[in-house]
Amino acid sequence: MSNKIPRVQAREQDPAARRGNFEEVSYGYDEREAVLEASRCLNCKKPACMNACPVAVKIPFFIQEVLKGDFREAARIIAIDSSLPAVCGRVCPQENQCEGACVLGIRNEPVAIGKLERFVADWSRENGVRFTERKSSNGIKVAVIGSGPSGLACAADLAKTGYEVTIFEALHKPGGVLEYGIPEFRLPKEKVVKSEVDNVRALGVTIETNVVIGRTLSVDDLFEKEGFKAVFIGSGAGLPRFMGIPGENLNGVFSANEFLTRNNLMNAYKEDSDTPIYVGRKVCVVGGGNVAMDAARTALRLGAHVTVVYRRTEKELPARKEEVHHAREEGIEFRMLVNPVEILDDGRGWVKGIRCESMKLGDPDESGRRAPVPVPGSEFDMEADVVIMALGTSPNPLIASTTSGLERTRRGGLVADEEGTTSREGVFAGGDAVTGAATVILAMGAGRRAARSIDKYLRGKYGSAELI
Amino acid sequence: MYKIVKKKELAPQICLMEVEAPRVAQAAMPGQFLIVRADEKGERIPLTVCDYDREKGTVTIVTQVVGASSRKICHLEEGDELMDVAGPLGQPSEFVNEREEELRGKRFLFIAGGLGIAPVYPQVKYLHARGARVEVIAGAKTAGMLIMEKEMEAVCDGLHICTDDGSKGEKGLVTGVLDRLMGEGRVYDRAVAIGPMIMMKFVTLTAKKYDLPLIVSLNTLMVDGTGMCGACRVSVGGKTMFACVDGPEFNAYEVDFDEAMRRQGMYKDQEVESDHKCRIGLGR
Repeated sequence: MSNKIPRVQAREQDPAARRGNFEEVSYGYDEREAVLEASRCLNCKKPACMNACPVAVKIPFFIQEVLKGDFREAARIIAIDSSLPAVCGRVCPQENQCEGACVLGIRNEPVAIGKLERFVADWSRENGVRFTERKSSNGIKVAVIGSGPSGLACAADLAKTGYEVTIFEALHKPGGVLEYGIPEFRLPKEKVVKSEVDNVRALGVTIETNVVIGRTLSVDDLFEKEGFKAVFIGSGAGLPRFMGIPGENLNGVFSANEFLTRNNLMNAYKEDSDTPIYVGRKVCVVGGGNVAMDAARTALRLGAHVTVVYRRTEKELPARKEEVHHAREEGIEFRMLVNPVEILDDGRGWVKGIRCESMKLGDPDESGRRAPVPVPGSEFDMEADVVIMALGTSPNPLIASTTSGLERTRRGGLVADEEGTTSREGVFAGGDAVTGAATVILAMGAGRRAARSIDKYLRGKYGSAELI
Repeated sequence: MYKIVKKKELAPQICLMEVEAPRVAQAAMPGQFLIVRADEKGERIPLTVCDYDREKGTVTIVTQVVGASSRKICHLEEGDELMDVAGPLGQPSEFVNEREEELRGKRFLFIAGGLGIAPVYPQVKYLHARGARVEVIAGAKTAGMLIMEKEMEAVCDGLHICTDDGSKGEKGLVTGVLDRLMGEGRVYDRAVAIGPMIMMKFVTLTAKKYDLPLIVSLNTLMVDGTGMCGACRVSVGGKTMFACVDGPEFNAYEVDFDEAMRRQGMYKDQEVESDHKCRIGLGR
């Protein structure tokens, strides 16, 4: 039986070596390994994996092509549903999605769908295979705000359908969180992000950087002055949260966003970059999500000793398992059930430590997770000269506050339904800008659904005659 | 890429550039800033809008060499291009929300130090054009470092110059001129101070004696300039604000200047002006 073959482990850079560099941790599969892993797939009649994929990649179909050795066909099948396979193969939380639903996983280990997707995407890039099939232009302009995962996915689908799509990006480089947030060792920028963004461009999408919607142009300008007929807002969740505890404005306290943006977007880890980054010797990262892991592992690579403090237990860590495992291997320390209450001043306005209290798990809260509650009298101090707050992010209010008729939720997200429809006609939204910080793939799924809604809306409004 | 259509040396190490950026020029208002990057390796640095020409599609920036990044910008020549110009960012000055009738006859006092004269200029110009009565205190280290004197004179109703060494105008600091003007019984409805953080701190202390409503523009550290990183956070009225989206202008009396100065020095002394030893407040 094919499922007797153990899951093929992807080779990885040795932890001792990778703590000192920013090169990618996982090497991924070679052709032989990919074909072997593909042979484990049962090719189920009712593939549970596909239903668990937010963009519904035809997983068993592409895996069967890998098994045959037709990697080009595998890539074509993936490209129908995903514009960022080399990204998703690397950063998706597969254990909760496709691989979590894999039938093999009930008794054994699931098929390594993520690693196979990555293999196919890397293979097509290395072999110059690109799918640029699109319907001829219908001349209708659609604006996409933000070039992160939701914007790229939305733009790609609209372009394939024949729309003239322009993406407006506030920063100087396209990619959004893929560029400023996720570090090189997890998602190589030149090799992977740039190449997948170029694939979207190859579909005819224009990307304009340095345009801050809400400032440089308003959403109204897009309709009235620039002639766009629909707008998709995929501006992400850019606003960092802080704890509101004493000492948070001391020198040496950073949001994970700042720390990672300096390192990733601005390349502060490279000798020739002008952007400074302050790492210190003992770094304390507060939080337990993927961003916390990214910040911790970045600080480690920049030479610091790093401790992650998290107020719940290992079981509740929201980060992907693989990231936590990699962080541990690299020598990151974890202190569970610990919550900071104050950041301590060295007397000159710089961080000298962090005062914490111990927590225990109480009754489940509204998220269904057991809520951490402080243990009375359990305060203790930890030494640190840098504190990085990785507590999640909220949507940036800039667009909503400068656009009339756009409703916002209490938490600052844009109000939009499952299909991306907002409270204003012609304006659609999706991804973190709606949900608050989530994952790359959920944002892509939202971008795709919004692309369908936009198509439907424009067909209804301008008639299918104009839309070839 | 953003073409530099005009470059002018205003003083040693201080240059003015008019840059082609039509969309930015179209939207820019007094009080806002831009994020500028000289080249591929360059930092994103915030620079206040010093002027804009909507018809020509240009914005004006004034840069002083204080470190590697500003040196890169100042080394570019007419015809060269800046890699990135994004903006306009931040909130415009509060008075742009007021109607012309409200502004007409209002008495404004601007207090500008060093490079701060440049960002004050578009505000003075805007108010003057709408009939407000605008006076300006402009302070510099020495006569040779005083910038935009002629331009300023053309758009204000009174320019009070002072220099550290007395080589031009009064000898002394902007706070001294402020004391003198108030001592003479002059009355202003509002004041705006822009300059080095330490100058703004002491102008605030001085203005407080006269209950003079005062706005300051904070030149904090920034990376993205759109609210993403929080490098620019400042305590205003006991609350943490982001200078890039909540500011850069704030009510001076609510700003924690000591914290702001400490945070500005986060990445060593790169922001300290090259050779001007600011003496404001040292006599206290």
